[in-house]
Amino acid sequence: MAVKVIIPTPLRPYAAKKESAEVTAQTVGEALGSLTTQFAELRKHLFTDEGKLRSFVNVYLNDEDIRYMAREATPVKDGDVVSIVPSIAGGVERTGRSMNKAGANGE
Amino acid sequence: MSDGYQLFMSPQMAERIRSHGAETFPHECCGALLGRDPAFDEKSAGPREVVELFRLVNRRDDSPRNRFAVTPQDVLDAEKAARAHGLDVIGWYHSHPDHPARPSQFDREHAWPWYSYVIVSVMNGAPAEMTSWRLNDDRQDYSPERIEIRSGAAV
Repeated sequence: MAVKVIIPTPLRPYAAKKESAEVTAQTVGEALGSLTTQFAELRKHLFTDEGKLRSFVNVYLNDEDIRYMAREATPVKDGDVVSIVPSIAGGVERTGRSMNKAGANGE
Repeated sequence: MSDGYQLFMSPQMAERIRSHGAETFPHECCGALLGRDPAFDEKSAGPREVVELFRLVNRRDDSPRNRFAVTPQDVLDAEKAARAHGLDVIGWYHSHPDHPARPSQFDREHAWPWYSYVIVSVMNGAPAEMTSWRLNDDRQDYSPERIEIRSGAAV
């Protein structure tokens, strides 16, 4: 099945700056696998070393979150659109530990 | 290239981020930075620039004082708003209530490369230092990004 994968801006530098890519796949997992075959640099940002989809990567098939379907085993059909949607979160450390030794930059 | 990053914004844009942080204190605020980056916008030969903000609601009801999160739908809405203005989502901002404007371990674990991450420290309810950061390709650390406030920035 020919499906389109939408690539979010932070991952485009690893995908020849493309906004989307056409891939052939039977499932969402295969579509993502095919994408990372085309663009190997994407792999570390989408998958863990064990090959699992990273927890802060959301994937939508058309307008549905695949977590509410069959996840990566969700079947796709011709013309479907798979969107990679970054999960955005953050916050301060309760311990006060700071990640970065660099000085302030700023306004 | 790990240093030399710059993020341009107008004084009004900077003030709106600070005000959002003060408004939600002692909870964290968050929102999307809509703008242009020369890497993806052939019409934009200039530096990366914040042109508009897209305010979001912190979805971390369980610990809003030290965490923020937005839903995938929020992210899609921000991207849609960016496209409507002919812009891209170039990053995200959030506040650190009563903490310095430094990325935390938690921030790093949840960060993406390429995006600008603006952090405003809000001490006792008053906006203080504001910084910006970019995650390095190896995901191990951030590089500071210099915020350039300039009046002529696009609006």
